[in-house]
Amino acid sequence: MKTEKKAVRRTGKKKISNADLYVMIFPAVVYFIIFAYLPMIGLIIAFKNYNYTDGILFSPWCGLDNFKFLFESGKAWMLTRNTIVYNIVFLITGISFEVVLAVFLSEIGGTKLKKLCQSVMILPNFISWVVIAVFAYSFLNFETGVVNRLLISMGHNPVQFYSEVGAWKYILVFVNLWKSAGYGSIIYLATITGMDTSIYEAAEIDGANAWKRIRYITLPLLTPTIITMSLLSVGRLLRGNFDMFYQLIGNNGILYDSTDIIDTYIFRALMTSPNIGMSSAVGFLQSVLCFLIIIAVNKAVKMYEADYALF
Amino acid sequence: MKNIKSKPLYKDVLSLNVVGYVIVIAFSIMCLYPFLLLVIGSFTAESEIYRAGYSLLPKQYSLDAYRVLLKNPAKILNAYGLTIFVTASGTALGIFFTAMTAFVLSRKDFKHADKFSFFFYFTTLFSGGLIPYYIVVSRYLHMKNTIWVLIIPGALQVFNILIMRNFCKSIPDALSESAKIDGATNFKIFTRIYLPLMGPSIATIGLFIALAYWNNWANAMLYIDRQELYPLQYLLYRMTSNAEFASSMASGAAGDMPDMPKETVKLAMTVLSIGPVVLFYPFIQRYFVKGITVGSVKG
Repeated sequence: MKTEKKAVRRTGKKKISNADLYVMIFPAVVYFIIFAYLPMIGLIIAFKNYNYTDGILFSPWCGLDNFKFLFESGKAWMLTRNTIVYNIVFLITGISFEVVLAVFLSEIGGTKLKKLCQSVMILPNFISWVVIAVFAYSFLNFETGVVNRLLISMGHNPVQFYSEVGAWKYILVFVNLWKSAGYGSIIYLATITGMDTSIYEAAEIDGANAWKRIRYITLPLLTPTIITMSLLSVGRLLRGNFDMFYQLIGNNGILYDSTDIIDTYIFRALMTSPNIGMSSAVGFLQSVLCFLIIIAVNKAVKMYEADYALF
Repeated sequence: MKNIKSKPLYKDVLSLNVVGYVIVIAFSIMCLYPFLLLVIGSFTAESEIYRAGYSLLPKQYSLDAYRVLLKNPAKILNAYGLTIFVTASGTALGIFFTAMTAFVLSRKDFKHADKFSFFFYFTTLFSGGLIPYYIVVSRYLHMKNTIWVLIIPGALQVFNILIMRNFCKSIPDALSESAKIDGATNFKIFTRIYLPLMGPSIATIGLFIALAYWNNWANAMLYIDRQELYPLQYLLYRMTSNAEFASSMASGAAGDMPDMPKETVKLAMTVLSIGPVVLFYPFIQRYFVKGITVGSVKG
């Protein structure tokens, strides 16, 4: 309030200065310096033997030791592979299913039922992963799980899902679709709703049936949105969905080989061990590689089709 | 392709509708089914679940799970109160500073708007990751085991700021210019003119911020050791992942309750933790639908 008054007094009535705009943006600037830019400097601990008392700046340097241990442990490759492969599969299955949902939602009649279905579909997106882990447990646990009861009733043997390594790739992909596809389809539905109906009318007169209209009009017109959404995800290729993996897999070591991602590994290291050397090295690689991927993809996109560039 | 086909046009529309309805309805049922199973399961007798599995039509209903949970409700009520406080104050802070920053960035007469925008946007391209962030929050800000660590981190999000900035840009400059001529300061212009006009975008973004607070458990896991500072989702997580913790909660003291209905208590606690979200959902979901289409974001 003080600065406001000052600004008015100093500049008089004719011209009000914009100095107070700086005051107004100041809190956000400080916030991001503390919570975003300071941690960037903190990345140097990957080259340090970090200890709590000396902190980020004064802990002793240790060169590339952390990275050496990381690569010798064999974790680096496994974590990177899991993180990237899961993200790519999530991206492809997610977008495909979201587009399918959006196309059908836009084509079917009966607005009331449609609205109801849409509301139900987006509900899972607003539930915490803790709750979804409870759902997963109710479906997958050995004794009372819905899936196992179904298997038994069909004459099969029940499955110990929580120690069945092979099953989790499918479970994770399924749960990911279940939670986010309904919500993700909204953006495609909005694009379809915004399309010019005269194109469809013209195609209809020309004899294109409903399926052909989807194939030759709707899908091509959706392509820009699909590309934009994919590009947005590419930048996060090395950042896994931490909440999901941690809640569904948790500290279940049997499953790590095929389900541990960079983010869960780092989180567990922070929670359990005093030595964060190796995980800070993973974190460093994650941050730097993420950045390089974004820059490279953006450059490539700019050369090819500038409209899609992210910045 | 011209007018060669004389087959009735409705056939393809019909097949499309059939396929469409099957997919859409099947997926909707899949989305709803776990919720129904959860709620009904929480009212089912424990023995019934072990005998016949989860069912939408159990033979034996029971309120035991809720009775056990609410016998010593202090911890749950505390977590509820804390979560509501954290969500409300965090959302209020988040909205205010997000809107104010967005307002400044949207002003055409603000000289360095582009530079500041990039200052914020850059943090989405490059980040220090969890470990340095954790060290900053715990060692340098000393926020561990304080309520602030649940409120302050996450209050401001770059994408929210940029979305709101785009919304502010759609408000005509003439409004702020005429107010300026009348001698209003920029802060007054923001609070008196912009904030009221930003209603729709505030509703949408506020809801997203609020949900993120309500659903957050990881912050508590990282920074909170004191049980009285457990938010609801983290309390639920502790209960579902740790049987001892669950029974100590139900019995109040550290003592174990041997005949506690373990499965249904989990379900009942889950119901309690998502209750408000699902109850409000029908009224607020249109804002969510709007939210995602509210404007593209570029740096």
